Amino acid sequence: MLELRHRGSCPGPGGAVAPPPREGEAAGGDHETESTSDKETDIDDRYGDLDSRADSDIPEIPPSLDRTPEILKKALSGLSSRWKNWWIRGILTLTMISMFFLIIYMGSFMLMLLVLGIQVKCFHEIITIGYRVYHSYDLPWFRTLSWYFLLCVNYFFYGETVADYFATFVQREEQLQFLIRYHRFISFALYLAGFCMFVLSLVKKHYRLQFYMFAWTHVTLLITVTQSHLVIQNLFEGMIWFLVPISSVICNDITAYLFGFFFGRTPLIKLSPKKTWEGFIGGFFSTVVFGFIAAYVLSKYQYFVCPVEYRSDVNSFVTECEPTELFQLQSYSLPPFLQAVLRQETVSLYPFQIHSIALSTFASLIGPFGGFFASGFKRAFKIKDFANTIPGHGGIMDRFDCQYLMATFVHVYITSFIRGPNPSKVLQQLLVLQPEQQLNIYKTLKTHLIEKGILQPTLKV
Amino acid sequence: MTELRQRAVREPDAPPEDKESESEAKVDGETASDSESRAEPAPPPTSVDDTPEVLNRALSNLSSRWKNWWVRGILSLAMIAFFFIIIYLGPMVLMMIVMCVQIKCFHEIITIGYNVYHSYDLPWFRTLSWYFLLCVNYFFYGETVTDYFFTLVQREEPLRILSKYHRFISFTLYLTGFCMFVLSLVKKHYRLQFYMFGWTHVTLLIVVTQSHLVIHNLFEGMIWFIVPISCVICNDIMAYMFGFFFGRTPLIKLSPKKTWEGFIGGFFATVVFGLLLSYVMSGYRCFVCPVEYNNDTNSFTVDCEPSDLFRLQEYNIPGVIQSVIGWKTVRMYPFQIHSIALSTFASLIGPFGGFFASGFKRAFKIKDFANTIPGHGGIMDRFDCQYLMATFVNVYIASFIRGPNPSKLIQQFLTLRPDQQLHIFNTLKSHLTDKGILTATTEDE
Repeated sequence: MLELRHRGSCPGPGGAVAPPPREGEAAGGDHETESTSDKETDIDDRYGDLDSRADSDIPEIPPSLDRTPEILKKALSGLSSRWKNWWIRGILTLTMISMFFLIIYMGSFMLMLLVLGIQVKCFHEIITIGYRVYHSYDLPWFRTLSWYFLLCVNYFFYGETVADYFATFVQREEQLQFLIRYHRFISFALYLAGFCMFVLSLVKKHYRLQFYMFAWTHVTLLITVTQSHLVIQNLFEGMIWFLVPISSVICNDITAYLFGFFFGRTPLIKLSPKKTWEGFIGGFFSTVVFGFIAAYVLSKYQYFVCPVEYRSDVNSFVTECEPTELFQLQSYSLPPFLQAVLRQETVSLYPFQIHSIALSTFASLIGPFGGFFASGFKRAFKIKDFANTIPGHGGIMDRFDCQYLMATFVHVYITSFIRGPNPSKVLQQLLVLQPEQQLNIYKTLKTHLIEKGILQPTLKV
Repeated sequence: MTELRQRAVREPDAPPEDKESESEAKVDGETASDSESRAEPAPPPTSVDDTPEVLNRALSNLSSRWKNWWVRGILSLAMIAFFFIIIYLGPMVLMMIVMCVQIKCFHEIITIGYNVYHSYDLPWFRTLSWYFLLCVNYFFYGETVTDYFFTLVQREEPLRILSKYHRFISFTLYLTGFCMFVLSLVKKHYRLQFYMFGWTHVTLLIVVTQSHLVIHNLFEGMIWFIVPISCVICNDIMAYMFGFFFGRTPLIKLSPKKTWEGFIGGFFATVVFGLLLSYVMSGYRCFVCPVEYNNDTNSFTVDCEPSDLFRLQEYNIPGVIQSVIGWKTVRMYPFQIHSIALSTFASLIGPFGGFFASGFKRAFKIKDFANTIPGHGGIMDRFDCQYLMATFVNVYIASFIRGPNPSKLIQQFLTLRPDQQLHIFNTLKSHLTDKGILTATTEDE
């Protein structure tokens, strides 16, 4: 049972010796006998011991059922188990990529819903692991409270960010105005209600468990909900800011796996023994090239490049604009050594491609740390996968663990280097002020704009 | 050993001798399981009796119950006097005290985590926890404090760069810590390390965010800092007194020594106290004015024209109270109305912070968070009710007192691109015209 068959999301190079999906179920049996014998002692103590025991004493979590569809199984029944699993992974990878393309085609609103759906599923997966680790299915209220906190935090974030984009829509409706103005207070009141419910739900023998689950819920919220909102904010900057980073991470996964498979020799880190330095470096270079090319292809289309705006007249999202300089071809003079290679003096690039190099570098060098973190987490809690949602790949978290750091990085990158504060947020805040303050600001702005020559002074007739 | 002697705030009868209880706390805190009474070989150094010798000798004649009562009383007065001195010294010193309290609370909670998980020997972990504390503090200070020091920051070139790329720098620092954590994972200790990682982050979330909200409140005006904190302290003391004298019906299973009589008595007493205190404080500029940084004198000043909130106004008393008091109108500061809201929160919801901390202590079988303050326990024990209060005051100010800071908005506006500026200007203009605030005549002024 101690042999950890690792199905990390960044697939280890050096052979696809991933076990077939069914094996995990056999481990479930041992787990049950160990827990029932301890029921007499205080439940808190049992789990207290769990904390301080070495990793090896902790029972393995029974994984959920195999969900590979029957059709696939029949079609592949002829092959040996190693190739069968490889095929399942391959087919599912292609399915996921096509779904991704389909949703991009359907537009930004669908993408937002998709991000939200993934966030909810990731939250569910991590919480379920927490329940299993702490056998806390029977704790009163706890599942309700976890979902309630998820709802609260989502409400808070959506109010803070998305409402800015809907400013014109919001101005029309009176009730929405009220909700926006007192948004923080309402969110805080909702959170506080949940907090008080938690305190009132503390049951004598289960204090420690309840506190653990409370903390587990909060850390999970911190990770999944904040990142998904950063992803949505990146999306609103322009779909290219959403697509290029995510594709770079996926490309890094796949190319690192392939390089490792063919050339892998030196192990990278003890945590993930199947990763190699050859895979890491090969993945880095291919991802940079891939990002460069993807940025070039996508920068041409207004659909990808323009910030997403909500038009109240058509009541939908539109992406139409004059592309900024970032997305207009410019000539760059090549440094001399490249000149000799390419035999050109200058090259036409989108400035965005330079940024894409930075994004791809991050995706290849630091992104894997997210994967290592998730691997460590799985080893710590002795689970093979986060869940069994996607046959051959594990849970949604397994696919998205490298993405988390990426989303934050892209957001920080955009706010630091690409643009300053969000104009719609500034406008939103302006509209909330007191009328005298607004008038003062109006006058200050007017003087400033006239000075700068942006605004022509109105001539009196 | 299963008898948990709780040194919660409102205990009417004092626990026995400090020294005995410490040794029990030592063992309780460490062993995860109740039924084993083995002595721990290497206890963490939390439980030394800190009561000064002077006090010990002076009170040695009294019985242990009264002795503890006196120790608590003397320390309470000492803390309150200390609080007054610091208020007198000004906002800068207050800010530093808030920082120190934050660091001490963080230290206490992390130490409990180490005790619970026996994780003293984990590689790197103490360094990483403190490093994360530093990162998060750096981030928060950069986000909030630079707004107040805007002019100073713009003048100095290195500060300007730090401020412009602030988020990126903070993120890089945090990421370094994250990567160090991943690299420090040791084979047999994965779970422990993840627990400590989670523990550190939740502690940061609680302790650091609240202390920054406290500093925000402080910058609004010292009255927004002093009145809420005093209300919570007053509620503690009043509920204790009422419970001591009239307490009969238990309030909640979690803290068996709290009673409904104490709760309700404390509520009314706190509201009255809040009203009186805000009346007294609203008269002084040094409490009422926002703290500003004066570039010329290079120090903090609290000098301004008090806003409407702090000017006496006439209120009509509703008929029912008119007959009682015999006055038709009363002169109050509008702030006093707000203070009723603050006191109500402090008495009704603040105790939930205390219950949370009590539950936490029971869950991890500790008597106090630490033994920093003789007779009272650790810093966290004193501040557990304050956490929700700080957030509430901040949200209250942002929602009801003032909106976003106009000067900050202007700064943000000036950093936008010209076409964005023009767009916002035109939208604002049409909005003002629609509302009738802006007319042809006003535009000419």
